[in-house]
Amino acid sequence: MHLRDSESDAVFRSEVRGWLREAVASMPPPPSPDDWPGRRAYDAQWQRMLFDTGYAGINWPAEHGGRGATPTEHLIFLEESAAAKAPDVGLGFVGQMHAGPTIIAEGTDAQKAHHLNGILTGEHVWCQGFSEPGSGSDLASLRTRAFRDGDDYIVSGQKIWTSHAIAADYCEMLVRTDPNELKHKGISWLIMPMDLPGIDVRPLVTVHGSTEFAELFLDEVRVPVANLVGAENDGWRVANVTLSFERGTGFVGELLDTTNVFQELIEMARSTTRNGKSIWSDDSIRREVGIIGADLDALWAFTKRNVSQGARGGLAMGSGSGFKVAFATTQHRLGDLALRVLDRASLSMDNLGGQPTGELVHSKLHAFAISLGGGTTQIQQNIIAERVLGLPRER
Amino acid sequence: MDLQPTDDQDALVEMMRNFAADRFAIETVRSFGKSEGFDRSLWEELAALGTFGIAVPEDLGGVGLNFIDAVLVHEALGTALVPGPLVAATLAAGLVDGVIDGSVVPCIIDAGIDGPLAVENFRSSDVLLIVDDAGIGVVETETVSGTDVVHPTDPTTPVTILSSLPRTKSIGDAELSKQWRQRGSLLASAQLSGNSSGSTSLAVEYAKEREQFGRPIGSFQGLKHLLADSWIRTEVARSSVWAAGVTVDEPEVGSIDRAVAGARLTSARAATENAKTCVQVHGGMGFTWEVDAHLFLKRAWILETQFGSIDDAAETVAQLYADR
Repeated sequence: MHLRDSESDAVFRSEVRGWLREAVASMPPPPSPDDWPGRRAYDAQWQRMLFDTGYAGINWPAEHGGRGATPTEHLIFLEESAAAKAPDVGLGFVGQMHAGPTIIAEGTDAQKAHHLNGILTGEHVWCQGFSEPGSGSDLASLRTRAFRDGDDYIVSGQKIWTSHAIAADYCEMLVRTDPNELKHKGISWLIMPMDLPGIDVRPLVTVHGSTEFAELFLDEVRVPVANLVGAENDGWRVANVTLSFERGTGFVGELLDTTNVFQELIEMARSTTRNGKSIWSDDSIRREVGIIGADLDALWAFTKRNVSQGARGGLAMGSGSGFKVAFATTQHRLGDLALRVLDRASLSMDNLGGQPTGELVHSKLHAFAISLGGGTTQIQQNIIAERVLGLPRER
Repeated sequence: MDLQPTDDQDALVEMMRNFAADRFAIETVRSFGKSEGFDRSLWEELAALGTFGIAVPEDLGGVGLNFIDAVLVHEALGTALVPGPLVAATLAAGLVDGVIDGSVVPCIIDAGIDGPLAVENFRSSDVLLIVDDAGIGVVETETVSGTDVVHPTDPTTPVTILSSLPRTKSIGDAELSKQWRQRGSLLASAQLSGNSSGSTSLAVEYAKEREQFGRPIGSFQGLKHLLADSWIRTEVARSSVWAAGVTVDEPEVGSIDRAVAGARLTSARAATENAKTCVQVHGGMGFTWEVDAHLFLKRAWILETQFGSIDDAAETVAQLYADR
């Protein structure tokens, strides 16, 4: 077992570091969070630079235009990107992390030719239409219908939690193609161009006031059958195929952000006075910092274990779920500590007094995104209990 | 970077687990706590596997592996609640004659920790090791006076309260003392990590067998979530314990003090919380002496005090983060 870089990893790290230093310096200041055209252009500019240098699709297979990097190299790239304060994946998230890998695994040659390059260059933005108002944790109960009509499906229904829908070109969507089949059977995976008639995108504002999310109202949208990925009624398996590509790097970006927020919080506790004393002189605050610091270090080690396992072919059952639950717990605990340190400064979601006070309030609220998104903590606990510990199913 | 055990390390852990299951069944573990219950021949069998000398260089009679291998071994020993002065023997192996082959049994006290002069496994040991800021000393236990605790909290770990700290012969300087405290803490944390996994397995087995309301209690979500949390705490603890073990071997990757203190926090939490869950899942039976659940909990309480408290560990992590 090792934590130090191998010789080839050290070379890769130094190359990446050198390139990032200059590339990041050449970027304009980032646009404001609600400036969607601006964000789209900014993220595309950065993605194009990655593409031209050969870092786009870093973990995608080389034969599909990616770099084919090892999971460890992917981790190094993310670590160095954070250290260099490089832009994150941004609007490229769904395309690069989910839709692209799914099309690589299950798409036709025509679908690959049409979509993969656009994702890698940053030209195409994707969103995800999986969840529905009535189908959250029980996703397989989804009811958005797709009727076959000649060479088209006619799609009607409603989708929710669709990040970046407002700026997206394509939506990876799960629809019910066989209403007589229950649950996982009878679902299909479709590529829906977002400019088709009948799509109504309504922003759904989150608890932190972000406009990332939207609801999609679909009224007889005609999606070509040629946009079916995988076989009709086999969409559940297609949607899950990306799980088998997970190599332990899925939460590295979030973990880097959280680690930065934690350092900012420590700085604030050290530089802020309350009742005539430094907040840092409070034993209970300091010990809570120690516990959260230990948890963050443990989560980094957990990530490295998962990446190491990923490099050997795939994650162990439950390790992704376990990481996510532990990360959510730490994220909430950090948020609770942030509110204690902020005290009255927590009344503003904008930064006060030149300190990152507003960012800390955002971070506290963002903890819910970790404990709810991608399968709630409770769903992950069920997965671990039944599939790792072998406890009997409830029904 | 590779933070998963190699095939050789998996085999090593498997060997220790099998040995513990075969030779340290829970009845044997319980008997070690009784007066005259320490089985020296079994201790020598454990030593003959290379347990104590695993990270000691071969020219000093050890196996010549890395410190992370000692960590993995202690994790396996902790899972099975293997009793005796495992940490003291691993620290002293190669330095104190006879420890490596089990013929000399050592016990240890950190004189820098306030409170009663409590020594685990004193009565079954040949030598007492005393760690303080200035260095490490050794003295034969038969020359040291102390009073045995009548009801030690962990029934499998006898405790003696020394009348006073004896004079010792120096066998190590301040630098070695610092190293022993780091490594001793980490080996205890490795046992805590293993302990947390052992109590989870015991609870899961019971939850599958025990029926109420006409079905196994493990089918109820209330218990599932408790047990899933136990499993997660173990995985978190194991992650930081392994990372700390590798950091001892590769000090250029980070602060050993921070890694060791972090491992103590995550492993102590995993062990105590998982053992509490184990008692709770066993219901009323978990409240009895007969069921083994309390043995995990009580061993965890002892281990989490060795070479520093969890509050000390939290303070260390906080200061090292702030000093970055």
